[in-house]
Amino acid sequence: MTASPSTPAYGEETGAKDRRAATGDRLLDIVGLSKSFGTVRANRDISLHVERGEIVALLGENGAGKSTLVKQIFGLQAPDEGTIAIKGDAAPIKDPKDAIRRGIGMEHQHFQLVPVMTVAENMILGHETTKHGQLDLEGARQLVRELSEKHGLAVDPDAEIEDLPVGTQQRVEILKALSRKVDLLILDEPTAVLTPQETDELLEVMKELAAGGTSIVFITHKLREVLAVADRVYVLRQGSVVGEVAAADTDARGLATMMVGREVVLRVDKDEPKPGADVLRVADLVVLDDRALPAVDGFTLTVRAGEIVGVAGVEGNGQRELVEAIAGMRPPKGGLITLLGEDITKANPHQTHVAGIGHIPEDRERHGLVGSYSLADNMVLNRFDEKPFANGFVRNFEAVRENGEALFKEFDVRAASVMAPAASLSGGNKQKVVVAREMSFGPKLLMAAQPTRGVDVGSIEFIHRRIVAARDEGAAVLLVSAELDEVLSLSDRIAVIHGGKVVAEMPAADADRTEIGRLMAGDH
Amino acid sequence: MAWFSRNRSVTLTAVAIIVAAYVFYAINQRVAVSMIDFAWSFAVPLVLAACVGVMGERSGVINIGIEGQMLVGAFSGFFTAAATQSLWAGVIAGVLSGMLMGAFLAWTTVKWQMDQIIAGVVINIIATGLTSFYYKSGQSLTHVMPNIDIPLLSKIPLIGPVFFEGGPIALTTLVIVAILHFALFRTRWGLRTRAVGEYPSAADTAGINVIAMRLLNVTIAGGLAGLAGAYLSMEATPTFERGMTAGRGFLALAIMIFGAWRPLRAFAAALFFGFTSALASQLQASNIVSLPQQFINLLPYVLTLVVLAAAAGRVRPPAAAGQPFVKGEGS
Amino acid sequence: MPDKDVAPPPATPAAAPAVLERGAPPTPGGLWGALIRYQAIVVPVVGLVVAFVVGALLIRQQGVNPTYAYKTLFQSALFTRDGLNQTLQRTTPLIFTGLAVAVPLRVGLFNIGAQGQFIFGALAAAVVGYKLHSAPGIVIILVALLCGLLAGAMWASIAGFLKTSRGVHEVISTIMLNSIAVNIIDYLINNPFKEKGQAIPRTPQIAPQAFLNDMGIVPIGFPIAVILAVGTAWMLRRTTLGFQFETVGRNKAAAGYAGIKINKMILLAMALAGAFAGLAGGIETLGDIHRYESGFNANLGFDGITIALLARSNPVATIPAAFLVGALRAGASALQFDTGIQPEVVDMLLAITLLFVSLPLVAKLIFRRYAAKGSALTSGWGS
Repeated sequence: MTASPSTPAYGEETGAKDRRAATGDRLLDIVGLSKSFGTVRANRDISLHVERGEIVALLGENGAGKSTLVKQIFGLQAPDEGTIAIKGDAAPIKDPKDAIRRGIGMEHQHFQLVPVMTVAENMILGHETTKHGQLDLEGARQLVRELSEKHGLAVDPDAEIEDLPVGTQQRVEILKALSRKVDLLILDEPTAVLTPQETDELLEVMKELAAGGTSIVFITHKLREVLAVADRVYVLRQGSVVGEVAAADTDARGLATMMVGREVVLRVDKDEPKPGADVLRVADLVVLDDRALPAVDGFTLTVRAGEIVGVAGVEGNGQRELVEAIAGMRPPKGGLITLLGEDITKANPHQTHVAGIGHIPEDRERHGLVGSYSLADNMVLNRFDEKPFANGFVRNFEAVRENGEALFKEFDVRAASVMAPAASLSGGNKQKVVVAREMSFGPKLLMAAQPTRGVDVGSIEFIHRRIVAARDEGAAVLLVSAELDEVLSLSDRIAVIHGGKVVAEMPAADADRTEIGRLMAGDH
Repeated sequence: MAWFSRNRSVTLTAVAIIVAAYVFYAINQRVAVSMIDFAWSFAVPLVLAACVGVMGERSGVINIGIEGQMLVGAFSGFFTAAATQSLWAGVIAGVLSGMLMGAFLAWTTVKWQMDQIIAGVVINIIATGLTSFYYKSGQSLTHVMPNIDIPLLSKIPLIGPVFFEGGPIALTTLVIVAILHFALFRTRWGLRTRAVGEYPSAADTAGINVIAMRLLNVTIAGGLAGLAGAYLSMEATPTFERGMTAGRGFLALAIMIFGAWRPLRAFAAALFFGFTSALASQLQASNIVSLPQQFINLLPYVLTLVVLAAAAGRVRPPAAAGQPFVKGEGS
Repeated sequence: MPDKDVAPPPATPAAAPAVLERGAPPTPGGLWGALIRYQAIVVPVVGLVVAFVVGALLIRQQGVNPTYAYKTLFQSALFTRDGLNQTLQRTTPLIFTGLAVAVPLRVGLFNIGAQGQFIFGALAAAVVGYKLHSAPGIVIILVALLCGLLAGAMWASIAGFLKTSRGVHEVISTIMLNSIAVNIIDYLINNPFKEKGQAIPRTPQIAPQAFLNDMGIVPIGFPIAVILAVGTAWMLRRTTLGFQFETVGRNKAAAGYAGIKINKMILLAMALAGAFAGLAGGIETLGDIHRYESGFNANLGFDGITIALLARSNPVATIPAAFLVGALRAGASALQFDTGIQPEVVDMLLAITLLFVSLPLVAKLIFRRYAAKGSALTSGWGS
């Protein structure tokens, strides 16, 4: 999401540059591909090719059309125009079954694994073998063991998916794709949930696969990874291919500019923080997740007025539960939360809002907005009963609309009008609506969870500036993000979370990327 | 054994129940057999109907219309049998008309994305309307389905006369439960069905046709509902009455939930329901307690609520039950 | 829908809102545009037409001329003084039971239990009506209606409570509660509240001064029902309570995030629904039956489901929907008397109409990309 800072990337020099050139044997050849959804043109006249044993990166910001493109290669969606030829065969790819038959494997951004089934069951789903009509689960276990041996990705065949950490689920997802005969492996944002170290391991696996003759299409928006592993890069912008370049001939800044179409500010400009009094204090907090297991387990942290504290960590280490507990959406099992000295441990979301917490939720579609409500209504979603938006029992539509229009302008929301339904907006504009609502009432504490996920670069810059502005006006800011780059560039202080507790805390100025990566992985 | 440790409490409960039943049998043979026999007759249509629910929800479709599907099965079965004077023709008609109703639910919800709960309610309204509109009084069957003895098995004490000696639909029900349970957890069809009901887009990307699986399963399940109806109008009694399913389709949903969407556990849950009714009648008949008849009648409904309230939070429904699947929208 | 990677431009028709009143997408003008804007009316009307065609086939199959049958049906329901009075007499409780289903639907709850809530209300009003026989009429009427309302609300609250405390799905619990209600009431009218010396189980007649009479051909309850329907619409649209109801119904997670007390809203909505159904029972008892006798008013609660779905859970639209159902029910008895057609033909007509209204395919076929996307009502057992 954030374009990478220009800090030197680990592993950059060991990249693809020293590998042999591709073989000249075209495995995938796409010509003139276009795809629209209603009036949205997701892909326009895209042509690209992948050769055998080549790693090709598809680079582009959110909304550039990368996922739509690979979904068509995998038969999940049909192109409106153009052809996709696999090994010279341009017959349309009817469905995933057809794609699999023709040697395409795909690792999906949202893992396509059945959570209540075992690794072995997931592995054979769709190409099961049977003995006398009965599923051959022993054979499936054997298959898992062989594959994980061969690719050096350890997994337990009898573990249920939902019990596995995300990093391991990722391995299963990749092994599943490899469990069939795969010539072309598509990886859709595979590193989003990995620690830097796990990412390195994955990149190694990719290189080995390519050396063995498997072609790889690799979707990402992380420039460092592209430079580390890809042979060639296609840059997509607004549905079109705007550049094709050999990875050896470019650098991070060049790619970022190509991706966005203009020079990108890779660092957030901000002054030195002027921290004031303690605003949020969390002590020994214990919070259970949906399965009643402690996700937050002894978490302690203080956030002062006028500073941004970033919580870095691999997703699923209790961040969601932490934020929900502070916001009052999930009652803690133990510990203490205070806001400006007031105990809010048992407060409900209404009370935490009144106490002065602004909360930009992680999942804006689920929590942050009501899709069928107008923007104006969404901008008072948690203040509908406050003056002037309601006079007692009766709502004041006039005030709601005026408030909406003011915020609409101030936060540069691009939509037909404040009466347009929220569902009709793009991700970035939806997020601006949420940000506007949560910042506009002068919160004492601003809690921003994944504030720029799925948001275009322009909106990212805007949202980052507003977060810094809120800090400068004296708000305490708690930033929780799975994007290490975002935490590094925005925070004044960084707390690394692992296993539901803070494993290290440091001023952002002293933060070292590799060190944080190690801490995120639980290595401390 | 891994299997035993995973299913310990269930296995122990089952063993305890069987032991208790035999202790009861040892104390009073006649009463034990008659009560458990009553329980099983009560349970047969519920077991079948719960299997309908299991097949639907395991593949992601909630079926509130079981009641209506049963009613249509009972109706068309009975009147076909009355017209042809052939019970077998009646059973076939019941199953086929049930499948037709199943197909109706399948196509409206799976193909055309109608809300599943509303579709079920519409099925119930249509079924009530159709069966009342075409109802003719004065029709009757001369006899019910004949009893069949399974050699050897029917000689087992207690279990034999209860389960292995009875009408063909009751006997078939035993086979259906066993097959469905095995198929759901041990076969390719079962693995795919469960994947489709838990996480359809995962099944889709693995090359499984989600829509086809759902259409197939919900339609076949409708046939089972038709069979349950045929049991009511041709095996339990030789008559059809308006609204004769009397809420059994909804009891079955509770049994399905109580049975954690597993056919064998649903079978046990249905027997438990049946046994409770048997116990109430027994107590009533022997003047041990004296309750107004109405309170005996409402017992299964209250029990359903109690069971559902107790089961809440302990069982987890298939994750995709109730949600339409649209190709390409998943990931 | 496009995948998440693609940001649709503002206000594409594909992302049309579930409700048209708040920020409709740009639609074409002219007649076509008007049809699109009023598709909430157009679709049921189309459904009704199809239903009547299918109904004609059913009637012909029974050897009766469909034109004659329909003429008889509507003539007796609408174009005679008695018939219209009968129709309005039936419409009145139907508006209430329609609301009893429609209001919870807005909160994402499907109340199948209006029937049970209705009969409890009817019984409570009847018992008050005969026990207080020496009180002035107006006192009896007010106390009886209040007791009916409370009885219905309490019965519905059981389902609300089971939902919020134990997660029991309201569809099953309300159906079970219907059956339980029938049995309990059957016991009560056979025992403590039974009219002495009567073979049929029923309560004594209520005090005559508590009869709700007609004003001309209009039953007194009818304007009350209309006022309450309009008031409910206003409540949903203009008040903070309505906003909370709607938010819970449309996005429960967002409602929780916004500090709305979801369980409280569920309990309130169910209690309110039960109050409507109970009030319907009370008005039916005081205005029409004048006692409680089982077998009467058998379908008024279940018809509420049909009415709410036909009205797309819009409270004001329950008025015409209830009138339609009331007229069909009122005409059905004349139809049977005249032609021997079973009154259940009305159930068939309504079921087919309902099918058309709730099949998204129908709106899509007619309006293509302009079809309003109905918000998904239910999401499985978990919620």
